[in-house]
Amino acid sequence: MDEDIIEFGLYVPPHPHPLLSPEANDGYGRLRAAYDECRKRIEESDADLIIVYSTTWPSIIGHQFQANPNSEWIHVDDDFHYLGSMPYSFTMDAEFAASCVEKAESRGLQARTVNYDAFPIDTGSITALSLLNPDNRLPATIVSSNMYANRSETIVLGKAIRDALKEGGRKAVVVVVSSLSNRMFTEPIDPSEDRIHSQKDDDWNRKILEFFKDGRLEDLSQLSREIHGQIRVQKVVAYKPAWWLAATMGQHNNYSGEILAYEALNGSGGAVIQLTPATGSVGDKEFDEDDVEYYKGDREVLNKGMLE
Amino acid sequence: MPKGEIVLGALAPHPPHVVYAENPSQNEPISEGGWETLRWGYNRLARKLEKLDYDAIVVFTPHWQTYVGTHFLGLPRFKSKSVDPIFPNIFRYNYDMEVDVDLSEAMCEKAAEAGLITRMMRNPDFRVDYGTITSCHMLNPKWDKPVITISSNRNTHYYSAEVMIEQALALGKACRDAIEESGKRVVLVSSHSLSHRHFVTESPLPEDMSREHIYNHSQYVWDMALIKLFREGKMKEAIDIMPEYTEQTIAETEGGGIIWMMGAMGMPDYPAEIYGYQSVIGTGNCIAAWVPEPDAREIVL
Repeated sequence: MDEDIIEFGLYVPPHPHPLLSPEANDGYGRLRAAYDECRKRIEESDADLIIVYSTTWPSIIGHQFQANPNSEWIHVDDDFHYLGSMPYSFTMDAEFAASCVEKAESRGLQARTVNYDAFPIDTGSITALSLLNPDNRLPATIVSSNMYANRSETIVLGKAIRDALKEGGRKAVVVVVSSLSNRMFTEPIDPSEDRIHSQKDDDWNRKILEFFKDGRLEDLSQLSREIHGQIRVQKVVAYKPAWWLAATMGQHNNYSGEILAYEALNGSGGAVIQLTPATGSVGDKEFDEDDVEYYKGDREVLNKGMLE
Repeated sequence: MPKGEIVLGALAPHPPHVVYAENPSQNEPISEGGWETLRWGYNRLARKLEKLDYDAIVVFTPHWQTYVGTHFLGLPRFKSKSVDPIFPNIFRYNYDMEVDVDLSEAMCEKAAEAGLITRMMRNPDFRVDYGTITSCHMLNPKWDKPVITISSNRNTHYYSAEVMIEQALALGKACRDAIEESGKRVVLVSSHSLSHRHFVTESPLPEDMSREHIYNHSQYVWDMALIKLFREGKMKEAIDIMPEYTEQTIAETEGGGIIWMMGAMGMPDYPAEIYGYQSVIGTGNCIAAWVPEPDAREIVL
């Protein structure tokens, strides 16, 4: 069972507001309080590692794992630069990152570690790690989100990370950094008047939160394509966080789910959610997408020419 | 004060590979070269710019992505290290860049008057994007002209290619108005590739040119169709097909750069100067320039 390698999973929003301006809106404050509660729970857990999958760190050359033992810089968000700077100093587990790369490659994925001075850690990862692990009590690694990856590649990525956890005898808290609905307001708003961009987005978010609360992570994974079509701005090919989280946490529905906060962040849906491996099972989906163990890459259909 | 003017508009792709291949002192990684067709084209355009009389470079970049309006750099100097989050192995560049804040503010103000959402960026810790740095380094390696960077608002994804085009054209016109009122002579830079499908693997030696080619033939054919319109001076037609072109080639034109530039330049009906076309990790990249002054135009390639 997953309790051997996964202490619990978290789903947190990427926007910097809970870190930089929690006082600007009661909702931002509640998200911050939820982050703080998660920080305490991590401190009280037996986890020895934090693994972050960030939707705001895109990659092209396969999957990148942050491996700089002391990753330091001052980051400024592209949109919300006026909220202030985000200095960071994170302790990365270079050995575990290297192990993830090895396991990913053994499952057919392209992967590499990144260990460079001044590497630009993304807004979402900085917000999450600054609030969840402020004193670097635990080492971490951050996993990029490949912009071309779809379901099979993302599922295999999660399995490769499980391989690395098992081999190393590690126990992790896994963190997905992602919005629910991700449509923001495109005009400046008064933070005190922030709200979810549309009723439709809010309705979908609340339905997703029901699944999370019931611990139905694998069901959510199976619904990813539908979620992408309904409430995600089509910036990338797919909504991948549920695939990654489900694959990394074991691909089932046996979790205790808790919604610690759900609030608007400049119109997007920001939630802090905890999933803890448990016994018993809920869920009502008959999974019709094949499980994938090994990533085979492009099928080269363009090179197969005309049918004879 | 004489009326300001745009003296040249350049389509200047920014794959960091071209800076890596040049081995400038500012960039940490060392290469054995590569992508010469693009680099030699850039070198020739840079020589032309050296002979032009101009005051500032205005760059529209898709790697400063903003969702709440269009943002403009608003401090006189930015000095830091730029590490490409996608290709950190080849681009770790120490930059020191001056900004023409007066002109930046004027463009921001004009754009706001035109009904666009705008904001000045005044955080001193802000890191300038690698698109700006790559294009500017290749066009002006001496860095002896002030730069203004304009962010790319993500209209295409949030609304549609048509909305993006309408807003990019309006932004371009607003920038032209500001330039004309400023009395300055300005070079515009639209910093992006054409077709933009990457390979997701990299050869052990990134500059191994035996491995470099366009991602697929469809991308190439579309790129050539667009460049043909550039050569023929049919920029209105080029903008008209931009939604379909962008969709078919997942082109970096989705950010609006060349549309903004054409809007600012009044939709040129004269041939562009073509300096080169080459793939970089599968993407299609063309260096081209539009020169309003007929006597300064050349047939390059």
